Amino acid sequence: MVIKLKVGALEQTRWREYLTRFVLGGLVTAMTGWLAHRFGPVFGGLFLAFPAIFPASATLLEKHEREKKRQAGFAFTIRGRLAAALDARGAVMGALGGMGFGALVWKTLPRGNLPLTLLLALGCWFAASCLLWYVRKHHPWARPRTKLA
Amino acid sequence: MLQMMIRFVVGGAIVSFFALLADVLHPKGFAGLFAAAPSVALATLTLAATTDGSAYAALEARSMIAGEVAFVAYAAACVYFLGIRHAKSAPTAVLLLALWGLAAGALYAGILS
Repeated sequence: MVIKLKVGALEQTRWREYLTRFVLGGLVTAMTGWLAHRFGPVFGGLFLAFPAIFPASATLLEKHEREKKRQAGFAFTIRGRLAAALDARGAVMGALGGMGFGALVWKTLPRGNLPLTLLLALGCWFAASCLLWYVRKHHPWARPRTKLA
Repeated sequence: MLQMMIRFVVGGAIVSFFALLADVLHPKGFAGLFAAAPSVALATLTLAATTDGSAYAALEARSMIAGEVAFVAYAAACVYFLGIRHAKSAPTAVLLLALWGLAAGALYAGILS
């Protein structure tokens, strides 16, 4: 499986949809800061892993896939929902990698340099998530089972 | 107020950047990794460490691990309802946020506090 960048996919997304994600992301970040100041960093920190954009991304993904199929002549399709499920499966791996991000910042930040720690933690998140995705993709139980003759 | 506005703009920009990456990446299963990117964490931890100190930000990062456990439960439930039950994405993804809240709340009450 080759990972590709499809810049043409950006044309499917409207400005209103970009704006929605910007506002959602901004609101969650502002709310997290407010909660941490109001109830303390232990409670506020939980919201660092709040699924801020997943609902919007999954909805857009289903909508785009449905429109594609409608243009191809299919009035009803579950393909959009399956694409959103695939996105959610990726999010499971991303969230597992996020635990590595949190653990590295927790243990390193009090003694370390802020930009370097965050950069290392981001690298740790990316490496762990990609590794999990790769293992999930290539593990024998992930392949379709074929009956032996 | 200015702090909140800075958080809003920085958070919105970082979240949008990761969402944009998820849009252009293919296959979709791989792009999904970016739906759980630590975008809110990057913005919040940078601002928290700058204004409140490293120890404060480190405490937030420790709680983030529990938040990610709740995120795994949330995303796994989304896989089940969208991929197997074929439920509609928008209501499913929004309603299941309650599951994230329950899981995060239970971990906070049971382990963190």
